[in-house]
Amino acid sequence: MITVTVNGQRHDIDADPNMPLLWAIRDILGLTGTKYGCGAAQCGACTVHLNGESIRSCCTKLSRAAGQQIITIEGLSANNNHPLQLAWNEMNVPQCGYCQSGQLMSAAVLLRENPNPTDQDIDDAMSGNICRCGTYQRIRAAIHRAADLAREGAKS
Amino acid sequence: MSDISRRHFIKTTGTAGVALWLGISAKGSTRKVTDVATAKNFNPLILVESNGNITIYNTKPEMGQGTFQSMPAMIAEEFEVSLDQITIKNTNGEKEFGDRQRAGGSSSIRTTYNDMRKIGAAAKAVFISAAAKHWQVDESTCYAENSKVIHKPSNKSLTYGELVEEASKIELPKEPKLKDPKDFKILGKVSKRPDIPLKTSGKAVFGIDVILPDMLYASVERCPVLGGTLKSFDASEALKMPGVEMVVETERIVGKYHFTGVAVVANSYWNALEGRKKLKIQWDTAGHETFNSNEYENNLRKLASQEGVIDKNTGAIDTVKTSPQNTVEAFYETPMIAHHTMEPMNCIAHVQGDKAEVWTSTQVPSSIVGGGSNDVPKLAGFAPENVKLHSMFIGGGFGRRLYPDYVIEALNVAKQVSKPVKVIWSREDTTTQGPFRPMTFSQLSGTFSDDGKLVAFKHKVISPSYQESVRKDFDKTKVDGTMVEGIGEQDYEIPNIKTSYVRADYHVPVAAWRSVTSSTLAFAHECFIDELAVKAGKDPLDFRMELLSQPSDTKRIFQKLRELSGWDEPLPKNKGRGVAQWKFFAGQCAQAVEVSYDPALKTVKIDKVTAVIDLGEVVNPDNVKNQTEGAVVMALTAAIKPGITFKDGKVVESNFYDNPVLRMNEMPVVNVHVLAEGGKIKGVGEPGLPPFAPALANAIFAATGKRIRKMPFDLKIS
Repeated sequence: MITVTVNGQRHDIDADPNMPLLWAIRDILGLTGTKYGCGAAQCGACTVHLNGESIRSCCTKLSRAAGQQIITIEGLSANNNHPLQLAWNEMNVPQCGYCQSGQLMSAAVLLRENPNPTDQDIDDAMSGNICRCGTYQRIRAAIHRAADLAREGAKS
Repeated sequence: MSDISRRHFIKTTGTAGVALWLGISAKGSTRKVTDVATAKNFNPLILVESNGNITIYNTKPEMGQGTFQSMPAMIAEEFEVSLDQITIKNTNGEKEFGDRQRAGGSSSIRTTYNDMRKIGAAAKAVFISAAAKHWQVDESTCYAENSKVIHKPSNKSLTYGELVEEASKIELPKEPKLKDPKDFKILGKVSKRPDIPLKTSGKAVFGIDVILPDMLYASVERCPVLGGTLKSFDASEALKMPGVEMVVETERIVGKYHFTGVAVVANSYWNALEGRKKLKIQWDTAGHETFNSNEYENNLRKLASQEGVIDKNTGAIDTVKTSPQNTVEAFYETPMIAHHTMEPMNCIAHVQGDKAEVWTSTQVPSSIVGGGSNDVPKLAGFAPENVKLHSMFIGGGFGRRLYPDYVIEALNVAKQVSKPVKVIWSREDTTTQGPFRPMTFSQLSGTFSDDGKLVAFKHKVISPSYQESVRKDFDKTKVDGTMVEGIGEQDYEIPNIKTSYVRADYHVPVAAWRSVTSSTLAFAHECFIDELAVKAGKDPLDFRMELLSQPSDTKRIFQKLRELSGWDEPLPKNKGRGVAQWKFFAGQCAQAVEVSYDPALKTVKIDKVTAVIDLGEVVNPDNVKNQTEGAVVMALTAAIKPGITFKDGKVVESNFYDNPVLRMNEMPVVNVHVLAEGGKIKGVGEPGLPPFAPALANAIFAATGKRIRKMPFDLKIS
């Protein structure tokens, strides 16, 4: 039995400790916002936060999450109102949308570490996340917009 | 005509009180019924219930192209309801919604724009008549707005819900009056897509996300040598693995090809994958184990000397005098590539007796419930009425999900399992097993007259055949129109044109890939036009405009592109601009690409892409921009990233580390301009792709003097 806290809720998971965290999150906990894209830490669709840091859950063993705090897209905000989600919605970023959970989770760490990222900072932080629909230009613009929204929110 | 409206009410299951369905017949006539289950030749698209609920049905699966908003928007505009007043439901291939429940060919809007508006307008007319009758006033004193009818003089109003019963007694007008586009509130405006909040919160349910009670998971081992068949397998070790419940044979069918596989069924996907590693399988590779891409490409080059089959021969090309001085010849090559949808192929199937239920992401719901060229019930051995589909959000289509091979394969697994089973392809399975976009090689020549006019143009395509791959009965003596797609549609005025096709045998299943063969032929064709401009000593855009003396869409689009791209502004040394356009079945787009060359690093950087897409009418301009930005990304990936290759019969590439796609740090600035000036209604999803690669290659020539004739190419200039 492996105990993991996901989005603030404790779960005791009875599974192979070598099972990638991705499949535990999706198939056992039923949180399907986190996506399978490549299984090789290449595309970022499976990005979640482990103790606040971005990890690729497709290549992270369930055992590594034991006793740790995991946040998935379902836990990024209470009501789809993280500044990034607001910016994504405002700027119509997604197309098919499959990669966007991972994009948002990667961007959330970037924005926390760097509240005013440059284009170069965004490229550096986001190049691990593939979007096959090609929404990169909008993701870049939406991260800048989210940074503005976060600053406005902090002032008010 | 069979447009007889039903005057009686029948409470339809799942609807509130009295319900009225409004829709359209296959012939485009507007109709309404109150009992959708027994209506013949009727595609219901609007449901109005007496409690005020309004549902609009979307028959075109949502894969990122925006149909979840754009299809209802066309109806809602004329029906005078706002998008936040309606519930949008995706259809699931149900017979009553017709046999055109498919998304492909950039066709969703361009083939339905008038019909969707018409049904919305007819529905509005009926509710206005009903209200006028109720109030005993003249219809002309009433108007509709926000799902209500308002009597202008008295300002009294009734909601559509309140009017359902009266409205059901009134005939729908056959030719309802459509709105003047200047009064549009939704069409042509930037409007929000209701699927977006679902996609930013993780709530959108894609096929791979469906979880059913007692569901099992499966992973399938398929012959690594494409074309091989299963001889025998030993599952004893796999069956000892934790969670593995069964190992069964399965078959998928893609076009004319039947491929066998061995499925490991387990209580979790991870256990299925682990079990799969323990399979011992003997394959019969049937001679395909010696197949290599390099040799195949050499074969294509050799075949170029054949005459081929003529597709189009206008003028009298054989009488044009050619000499080395007045003729330019060139040979262009492109690779095979994979679709790389971010959501790997997957399907849940549950078979109980002779009945099957399927949950999947598909571009072709109508095929999955039967009919057409990929008739899933027929291919998987079910009566069509016994297959029920749940069509989910699609995590990328790009043409790959036009082929329901993965659904057939899952059904064949599920026939042997009592519980629902979710078959998930790994990224490696999705990359290596095809079908793929085929390569095309092009032999081109252009001849000038003594006074410098382009008088003859030949484009010969050498490639495997798409139609031969998808149809058993393909006539090999005929041109495969798919493989010469678009060549004959260009507006350039050249008096003598010959298009021909040389078919090459192939054993690899091929597929439509976003913009189909235009994605490769436009590269050859529009780069070669550039070569001719160089030969003529003219600016590439001026040269093209001289071939467009008559009014045409191409001329109009180029004029706009010239202005928006700053084409006539001088560029410093080591910078260059390239231009290209492509007109084909899906629509038309022209692009200008600006690049910088760094002679020290010998690399090219893309500074700016300007795209002008011509639509006739536009539903959601911001979404068109998003689609076209994405088309450029996909085209840039196809232009500069490795394709799919074979060695010893197996696909060499397997995942994003050896078959990369474009990433954020490689994203150029893309500016999109939408032309909606009336006229022919054109598609959105695909037209942004074909012109990009030639515009880029032409820009690289302008900046460096290096002519690129082969995709993929490097932005490092050797």
